[in-house]
Amino acid sequence: MKKILDNLLHQKNRSRTISYAMIIGTYLIIEILMHSIRMSRLFTSMLVPCCCYIVLALSLNLVVGFSGELSLGHAGFMAVGAFTAIIVSGLCVQMIPDPIIRLFISIIAGSIVSGIAGLLVSVPVLKLSGDYLAIVTLAFGQIIKSLITNIYLGFDRNGMQFSFVNNELNLEQGRMLLSGPMGATDTAKISNFSSGVLLILATLFIIYSLIDSKYGRAIMAARDDRIAAESIGIDILRSKTLAFVTSAILAGAAGALYALNYSTLQPAKFDFNTSILALVYVVFGGLGNINGTIIAATALYVLPELLRSLQDYRMLIYAIVLIIVMQLGSSARLKRSLEQIRNRFARKGDVR
Amino acid sequence: MKKLFVVLLSVLCVLTLAGCGKSGNGGADSDGTVTVKLGGSGPLSGDAKVYGEAVRNAAQIAVDEINASDSKIKFDFRMEDDEASGEKADTAYSTLYDWGMQVSLFTVTSGAGAAVAASYDKDKIFAITPSGSSTALVYTDSQNFKGNFQMCFTDPNQGVAAADYLASYFGGYKVAIIYKSDDVYSAGVYEKFAAEAEAKGVSVVYVGAFTDDTGTDFSTQLTAAKDNNANLVFLPIYYQPASLILKQAFDMAYTPIFFGVDGMDGILTLEGFDTSLAEGLYLLTPFASDADDALTKTFVSTYESKFGDTPNQFAADAYDCVYAIKQALENMGYDGTMSTEELYDAMIAQFTSMTFNGLTGNDMTWAENGEVSKAPKAVIIIDGVYVSAE
Repeated sequence: MKKILDNLLHQKNRSRTISYAMIIGTYLIIEILMHSIRMSRLFTSMLVPCCCYIVLALSLNLVVGFSGELSLGHAGFMAVGAFTAIIVSGLCVQMIPDPIIRLFISIIAGSIVSGIAGLLVSVPVLKLSGDYLAIVTLAFGQIIKSLITNIYLGFDRNGMQFSFVNNELNLEQGRMLLSGPMGATDTAKISNFSSGVLLILATLFIIYSLIDSKYGRAIMAARDDRIAAESIGIDILRSKTLAFVTSAILAGAAGALYALNYSTLQPAKFDFNTSILALVYVVFGGLGNINGTIIAATALYVLPELLRSLQDYRMLIYAIVLIIVMQLGSSARLKRSLEQIRNRFARKGDVR
Repeated sequence: MKKLFVVLLSVLCVLTLAGCGKSGNGGADSDGTVTVKLGGSGPLSGDAKVYGEAVRNAAQIAVDEINASDSKIKFDFRMEDDEASGEKADTAYSTLYDWGMQVSLFTVTSGAGAAVAASYDKDKIFAITPSGSSTALVYTDSQNFKGNFQMCFTDPNQGVAAADYLASYFGGYKVAIIYKSDDVYSAGVYEKFAAEAEAKGVSVVYVGAFTDDTGTDFSTQLTAAKDNNANLVFLPIYYQPASLILKQAFDMAYTPIFFGVDGMDGILTLEGFDTSLAEGLYLLTPFASDADDALTKTFVSTYESKFGDTPNQFAADAYDCVYAIKQALENMGYDGTMSTEELYDAMIAQFTSMTFNGLTGNDMTWAENGEVSKAPKAVIIIDGVYVSAE
């Protein structure tokens, strides 16, 4: 028993233990609170989207933090996962009445399709690096959004119908799944907090398993020094593709969970701003810092809602807080003075 | 890291405590008045905040007037920011629900409203939107949201009305359409307009689309419209892109008749826009701020003195919403003893049977599906003011 505990708290595994403990602990506290006292509607309504943003930020951190490539199109993968899930869930309503199994299948489908999209994009993209890669991923995000904005998809007794750009569907007592710019309307809400937490745990498991493996070390070696890594025989392209596709899969899963939490969803939601938002969470939490990313995503998602009482000044204060924290977080002087304070306290402790 | 964890937990705790406890229904005060909690959400920050603010200001005027009068019904009004996004509308709705909202002004924009329409239906809270014009707010293919109503025209009805208007007053004109394909409102109006225009024999010579990302340069669409000899350009879009279209058409010396729908309302108050460019612009709107009746005059002067600009159609619709709710409450003899659910049923019964006269039209009635029935008006801009077009 002690051995297991020692192993969990060992320097090497500490970050991983903290991640799991943090998520499971928070989950248990929230669940207990929800069953003991009446929680506010605002609080419960934020749980699932918060889980989605955590998964999205974690997936982006894999590319930006661990693989060292800048992706500005992660909302695109989220959109692919989201709308795939909506279609799958909409088609399976009769076949699989149980919402939990349907949610599970939808998330799997969303992540698979998003992973395929990730693989397709990675072929031209990962031959580029730096700014070029950022621009191509940015374009990918916009293309996906534009594509989905133009898709009309519905089904009736005779099967599926599809049209592009203009709505030429002729449904007999059928249902529209996607209607162009209006996106999905009338989706069954089947996401719940427990599935969100499970998804975060699965994401953590995948990311930790990857970065602690041979492949993970290759990914980081390729990030730190491309030439040195190549010289010892690491396949740079394969490493980067692995990180990128895994990230796309996870972002797709986040999108699937997100989509099935709302009755309507418009493609315009997954615009450039959402990609940037995810990037802000990652930078805020620290590149390659998993626990930091989780906390940053939660804090930044919750903050605007907490500031509601400020009314008109809400977004102003939000922006100011963002700037201040970014400044403080990156300020070398502040770090130095914090270090000094810490040292002083440590020394006092020694004297006593 | 441990410290951060503690911070996170305390944030969660604060959240929990802050939101606890939903206050009950007011009941009658000692002086015989009852206070109704009126909620609503709209964009108070971001791109579309003009609309949210117009609705909030006008609703506030109506609420202040009612609370200052000797009416038995008083309102406690609260408007939350939803940034015109579905996700934020959901949390805004939750905030209002926690507050104990009994009747709602729903949302200002369509996209946000569609996301919370089912929530209003499920929680049985009566809602009427001043300006969310998509049908998704009041019904979907599979169900009718019984307690969701609209004060403005639905997008399809606007498209049909515009096509009918062109067919009867601009027969023989060659029509070009420029619309925003990734916008629910614009695409919704365009779709119905195109169908009705075909049925009524309006000759459409060119259709150009743009999106959020291409909404700054319209030279391609305008050149194509000009090359197709279009002498009327139909713009089912909001006024910001429309202002750019007017400017760019003027610069290339292209002078067709421009024709907009209710989203065009507000173009005259746009900052930095040369209003002379809008001379001769037609738009379909239920409200003209220069109308002569006493109701409009008082409303416009109160709005101008309080907020410094001329109220647009969104404001007028919001003002009407508050008074329509008041009328329904008075008709049913609301005394504060009903539960929110009983109130919901009573409000539906009132709205589907009553007739309402307001700023945006007389003899308005509502159908079972929540759509309003009132006459659309066309106005033309002459010397910088709206003038009735008929």
